[in-house]
Amino acid sequence: MRLLTVLGSLGFLLFATLSGLEAQQTTDVTEQEIERYRAMISDPMANPAFLNVDRGEALWSTARGSKNVSLQQCDLGEGAGKLEGAYAKLPRYFADADRVMDIEQRLLWCMQSLQDLETTDIVRRRFSGPGVVSDLEDLVAFVANKSSGMKFAVSISSLKEREMLAVGEALFYRRSAVMDFSCATCHGDDGKRIRLQALPNLAKPGKPAQETMGSWPTYRVSQSQMRTMQHRLWDCYRQMRMPAPDYASDGITALTLYLTKQAEGGDIVVPSIKR
Amino acid sequence: MMMPKFVFLCAIAFGTLVAHIGNVWGQQPAKASLEQVEAYVRNTWKSPPAGWESRIKQDETQRVCSQFRNDPPRAEYAAIKAREIATLVFPADGNVLGSWKAGEAVAQTGTGGQFSDKDDTVRGGNCYACHQMAPKELSYGTLGPSLAEYGKIRKFESAEAKAAYAKIFNAQSVLPCSSMPRFGAHKFLTEQQIKDVTAYLFDPASPVNNP
Repeated sequence: MRLLTVLGSLGFLLFATLSGLEAQQTTDVTEQEIERYRAMISDPMANPAFLNVDRGEALWSTARGSKNVSLQQCDLGEGAGKLEGAYAKLPRYFADADRVMDIEQRLLWCMQSLQDLETTDIVRRRFSGPGVVSDLEDLVAFVANKSSGMKFAVSISSLKEREMLAVGEALFYRRSAVMDFSCATCHGDDGKRIRLQALPNLAKPGKPAQETMGSWPTYRVSQSQMRTMQHRLWDCYRQMRMPAPDYASDGITALTLYLTKQAEGGDIVVPSIKR
Repeated sequence: MMMPKFVFLCAIAFGTLVAHIGNVWGQQPAKASLEQVEAYVRNTWKSPPAGWESRIKQDETQRVCSQFRNDPPRAEYAAIKAREIATLVFPADGNVLGSWKAGEAVAQTGTGGQFSDKDDTVRGGNCYACHQMAPKELSYGTLGPSLAEYGKIRKFESAEAKAAYAKIFNAQSVLPCSSMPRFGAHKFLTEQQIKDVTAYLFDPASPVNNP
């Protein structure tokens, strides 16, 4: 049987070579191997990002700031202290701030207004690294995990939400800097790759957008850190040769709202684990 | 006969009203104005490092291509093409071919010019991110067309090599709103690097032309 399989494979390889399909065949095998690697690392029991979730949970209930209170009365949109499903509806309009905010902007707002916490050092540690623990990444992991198993459902009902969405869409197509790139350069078509990495088409609603947005925050094996969508967009602009976008700025919120809208109805399964 | 006509007119009136309310309150967002978008951009990149200010502002070509999502109307297409052709600078001695080996390094290198890079990091063209080139290199992207056997297919003609140099120097001088960076026009790559990449495509000894 085995010999037959080997012979059959050889025959197929010969056929493939003759028909000029060799390169395609090799590519498919490579993609299968990458998929196998993805499946292998995607084990929730071994995902270090759940440590971030635990740290975030502890931070959420720790009294801090000059008011010496925890974040437990922070309203993430579903009511004070209500965490379940809040991340699935962000970014959204908050009447108390009269602004559309994403998760990072809202957490900072709660730290400042609720706890009267000095956030300079917290923002300095916005992205974790060797010897740097990020309160904000941990809190985002904790809050996002409370929407795991739910579906994205952003509301575009107020004037400010509509403006934010429209600006996000325009930013997605905005070409700039020394390489003339926009988000759409890499994420505007189906079935494209950068090197061997498959690129999700984020220019239309559907599965690629749902699977992308529904799998952040994620543990990045290549970076040995848990990362949020805020960091992913910062990293995209790095590759696009733009300067680093300001943390928790409205441009990032606008793009996040646009992408989350494209992912509407998609399952949230976070924190995930990726290459 | 009066009744159906009346009902018909009412239906039209009602339909118009619904459409109007839909425009005002519906999910479909109005397009953001250029001023609105640029205000967000200034607010998101408040203090770029010295020398990087121009990366935040769009030039006219970037602005028009963004506005029309890379499908500009005829007049804008012609205007971009004329403007970008004007940026072309060919080597003074007319020789567009450098070293294919150095060109391969440029094609393989994806770093340089990022905020995570040092100022003196050598910039690469990162051609393989988007194009197949040497058939033996399996790690290539598909955002651009395959360039395998590029020179061979073009019979290594010098006019074709010059056209390839121009395309690398400024892709939009050939195809307005092309996704490809304007490597020479932006001075992202040096003249020597562009010559080397052209040689990578056109040298008969280059792996690009040898499957």
